[in-house]
Amino acid sequence: MHEFAITQSMCDIVLEQAKKARVKKVGKINLVIGEMTGVVGDCVQFYFDFISRGTLAEGAALSFVMVPPKARCRDCDKLFDLKEFDWTCPYCGGNSLQIVAGKELFVESIEVE
Amino acid sequence: MEIKVLKDILSANEQIAERNRQLLDSKSVFAVNLMSSPGAGKTSLILETIKMLKGKTRIGVIEGDVSSSLDAETIGKEGVPVIQINTGGGCHLDANMLSSALSNVPLQDIELLLIENVGNLICPAGFALGEHKKVLISSIPEGDDKPFKYPLMFHKADAVLINKIDLLPYLKFDTQSFSQAIRGINEKVEIFQISCATGQGIQEWLSWLLTQMSRR
Ligand SMILES: Nc1nc2c(ncn2[C@@H]2O[C@H](COP(=O)(O)OP(=O)(O)O)[C@@H](O)[C@H]2O)c(=O)[nH]1
Ligand SMILES: [Mg+2]
Ligand SMILES: [Zn+2]
Repeated sequence: MHEFAITQSMCDIVLEQAKKARVKKVGKINLVIGEMTGVVGDCVQFYFDFISRGTLAEGAALSFVMVPPKARCRDCDKLFDLKEFDWTCPYCGGNSLQIVAGKELFVESIEVE
Repeated sequence: MEIKVLKDILSANEQIAERNRQLLDSKSVFAVNLMSSPGAGKTSLILETIKMLKGKTRIGVIEGDVSSSLDAETIGKEGVPVIQINTGGGCHLDANMLSSALSNVPLQDIELLLIENVGNLICPAGFALGEHKKVLISSIPEGDDKPFKYPLMFHKADAVLINKIDLLPYLKFDTQSFSQAIRGINEKVEIFQISCATGQGIQEWLSWLLTQMSRR
């Protein structure tokens, strides 16, 4: 699944930062994942254990902040959670929406020694 | 100690995609990334497009279908250059795979590059290739709830082709609410109803495609 490719890129980013800061070990990696990306935390963890072996990040804890999809109504400008099978604005019934959260996929920070 | 990183995980892929786009631009090649679930009609649309544009637009094809080279062989019979990418069971194409495939495509001989992505509605959504337009094919037998199940794909598509409309009399599919759901989360999207079997709607798709090519 695409978690393998994503975990690989995530590891590259983490190791590049760790080397730049000349740290000995990465203890924790804080990730932000929008639910719309379909990325599954357990899968990332599984591949991470394998990919990070023998690197500065081996054994690092992964923390996932999952971001639920949010939309802004283009008609009334209100913010709301995007429900799974109903894409109408709960305030005015409008159905032209701007997705403002849920697509994230980034490394927030790393905790190092 | 905490180090702020704030880096997009797909940024490396984005960079390679940007390089691919520059290469395509330098050769005046317009690239389309065709995505859908398996069996929605990507190969059929490519064949139809080649037939209709024969003698007018020089086309090349990149096939990213999972395991077989069956689609590549079918398309090769049409006399256009076809490059098969072997994803080794992977669920999507990425910019790196396109980059190596491009070195085997005779870019100076073509104007339009059609890329058949791996049949999957989740993974290809995140991975830009360097294409100019993303085209999503969704077919009648799959049902009209797909935008709700795979919103990111429908959000990112430049065009959505509703294929197999010849089957509308036999299956339950509300094209109007389907289109409305997509438009709700995608302001720019163009939606076409087509049938690769009967040829219905293919002209509209082609005229959109040719307009996009000429505008670039
Ligand atoms: N009835 C009908 N069948 C179609 C249409 N387009 C494609 N098909 C059939 O759907 C099947 C899968 O098509 P294909 O192009 O291989 O899908 P792909 O997996 O997305 O490349 C084939 O049997 C096609 O003949 C259409 O417009 N109507
Ligand atoms: Mg195919
Ligand atoms: Zn509203």
